[in-house]
Amino acid sequence: MGDTFHRKLERSSILLTLGIIAAASVGGIVEIAPLFTIDETVEHAPDMRVYTPLELAGRNIYVREGCYACHSQMIRTLRDEVERYGPYSLAVESQYDRPMLWGSKRTGPDLARIGGKYSDFWHVAHLTNPRDVVPESNMPAYAFLNRSRLRMDDLSAHLAAQRTLGVPYTDEMIENAARDAYGQATPDTDFAAGVTERYGEATQVSAFDGVTTHVTEMDALVAYLQVLGRLTDAAYRNTAASELPPDPED
Amino acid sequence: MLANLTSSERQNAFAIAVLVTLAGVLMAAVGRTDTLGIQGVIVILFAGTISWYIMSSFYAPEPSEDRSASYYDDPIKIGILLSMGWAVFGMFMGVWVAAQLAWPNLAFDSGWSTFGRLRPTHTTGVIFGFGGNALIATSFHVVQRTSRARLAGQVSPWFVLLGYNLFCVLAVTGYLLGITQSKEYAEAEWYADLWLVLVWVTYFVLYIATIARRKEPHIYVANWYFMAFILVVAILHIVNNLAIPVSWGSAKSYTIWPGVQDAMVQWWYGHNAVAFFLTAGFLGMLYYYLPVRAQRPIFSYRLSILSFWGITFFYMWAGSHHLHYTALPHWVQTLGMTFSVMLLVPSWASAGNALLTLNGAWHRVRDDATLRFMMAAAVFYGLSTFEGSFMAIRPVNSLSHYTDWTVGHVHAGALGWVALITFGSLYTLVPSLWKKERMYSAALIEWHFWLAIAGTVIYVFAMWNSGIIQGLMWRTYTEEGVLAYSFLDSLVAMYPYYIARAFGGLLFLIGAVLACYNIWMTVRTVPDIARAADVPVVPSVVPGE
Repeated sequence: MGDTFHRKLERSSILLTLGIIAAASVGGIVEIAPLFTIDETVEHAPDMRVYTPLELAGRNIYVREGCYACHSQMIRTLRDEVERYGPYSLAVESQYDRPMLWGSKRTGPDLARIGGKYSDFWHVAHLTNPRDVVPESNMPAYAFLNRSRLRMDDLSAHLAAQRTLGVPYTDEMIENAARDAYGQATPDTDFAAGVTERYGEATQVSAFDGVTTHVTEMDALVAYLQVLGRLTDAAYRNTAASELPPDPED
Repeated sequence: MLANLTSSERQNAFAIAVLVTLAGVLMAAVGRTDTLGIQGVIVILFAGTISWYIMSSFYAPEPSEDRSASYYDDPIKIGILLSMGWAVFGMFMGVWVAAQLAWPNLAFDSGWSTFGRLRPTHTTGVIFGFGGNALIATSFHVVQRTSRARLAGQVSPWFVLLGYNLFCVLAVTGYLLGITQSKEYAEAEWYADLWLVLVWVTYFVLYIATIARRKEPHIYVANWYFMAFILVVAILHIVNNLAIPVSWGSAKSYTIWPGVQDAMVQWWYGHNAVAFFLTAGFLGMLYYYLPVRAQRPIFSYRLSILSFWGITFFYMWAGSHHLHYTALPHWVQTLGMTFSVMLLVPSWASAGNALLTLNGAWHRVRDDATLRFMMAAAVFYGLSTFEGSFMAIRPVNSLSHYTDWTVGHVHAGALGWVALITFGSLYTLVPSLWKKERMYSAALIEWHFWLAIAGTVIYVFAMWNSGIIQGLMWRTYTEEGVLAYSFLDSLVAMYPYYIARAFGGLLFLIGAVLACYNIWMTVRTVPDIARAADVPVVPSVVPGE
């Protein structure tokens, strides 16, 4: 019986096409669709803030340079990972991440909670030439980020695109995107005040690369690295983690 | 290239090439302040060159004889040459990035030569450039021979082949410029993705229209696999790449999938790119070229059916095994693991079917390196599918994930299975397609075989060692209950293996260069054969079914 059925199937290209589509669709539908409907999939974290324009620009540099090929941003629920990197990652922590950067390979360490663990100065020195700081490192040197001015004129469009997809950026944030990106990298200016006003007092305003005359891609990338794991405290509240989120002011 | 096209077909081809050139002009104009503009210039150069070529030989003599009395092999020949070109490019990039991990200063002081940008040029170069062109070329060959009918289009095969290569060129040059979605194996940005959809739909229509012309009642098993490859890759590509561009003048887009859902969609895509691009398509190759070369029929028809539907159904569930112990809900991880283990059944059914087909032809395997390529490919297919199911088991994955073990596993499949079956198939196909007596040099094939095997084995053993050492060092505790090693300790332990890996890859690259030379010399110097007709069945002489 089975044989006759298949003989029919393999004599018709249309039946075969429909059969392939049917067989191949089930797995994806069963595994993906419920992720949008089951409430517990993503935890609730009312304190979670969105990326500032400078951090988002930094994230886009992280994406552009393909950092995910060597660094994960996903601490697994394993004892050694939690002890090495901090509380395991929650789904809510990447709810605004497009794309997610969980990664699949650790040629370098996980970065999910790197924010606040090192100084801005360390990050700049390390990115400029990793072997100046860590002699055994095999990470590429990113000195060119110091020389590249950050493009800021299109940041409003970036925030607007994110809002279309559901990230809660306000009109004011979108309108002031370029100003806020500049302000976050130049403390003690009027622009800086706008950043903390719109994104919260905890937002790190700093001359990340030490130069305040212009904003570089280095500023943006370091701003992003410094906020990793610090958009919400949910991972510290909802788990058995004993430590507190790192504070760069310490 | 144009000799087989009539004057009106040449006009159509020219019109399409000019339209694409104009699209490039549009991209260059709206994206002039963005890297999108540079991609526009690349489109202009690519499509402009083709327009110029069509124009320059526009008035060459038109085909005189009835074209339906012969197979359409011109696009296949160009596809093979493109495939080999991409192989050398992609493998060279692989050796370069492998060397960078051992000697990080092997880069220039600018963005394009850093590991993060070069790595996708390697993966795209070998998977989509080498593998994809080989699949298009062999699928065009297999579908015509097994249907005993000519391709159902004159211009469309060229559109599929060259359009696909335009996608690959845009992708690879894009990475160097810093244009990427950072979605593994789907790095190309929105405009290239849209273009690929157009190319791929044409590919499917052409394929199914050719099958509709078949003079055989049954669709041969190789074509099932090629159809699954084309169809499912289309579904995966479209769903995973849904995104909105920042603006029409920007190369950058944001995927519509956020965080955890993006992770699931990405690995549903990623794992099934392995399944339907790197497995189903190449099984299509295996089901045709292996029996042809061995001169033995496929061992079991029923095993073919079992493994085909098993692979098509089970694989689509397996992607979540890339996300064990992550923030992905536990139930999805468990489903992924379960189906990954079950996948072993259809996978080994395929590998077993291939190896049992060789029963009665083992003396050929011994004497003929081309057939040995295919035999070794089936063995590596069996090994790496076993390894894959094993690594998908949650506790095993806790050790292997994030380490070089994964990289080793991928290369056992990509070098040992995909590349070996491709070389075996091309060595079978090239003399027959160019109507040559034989390949230029059997000795060079033999050298290639052993270089490829040595390279693969060195590569995979290096990565097994480094991956397992790495995974164990990360989880080792001292007697006082603290972590014994810093991350840096584990990196330092990797260096010898990174050097060994780069060396293994180099051997494999040398083998591919030998293959290029051998194929080129076959086309140029080996005498033609006067052979029994390799032609389709002309409709009028076929009795009604």
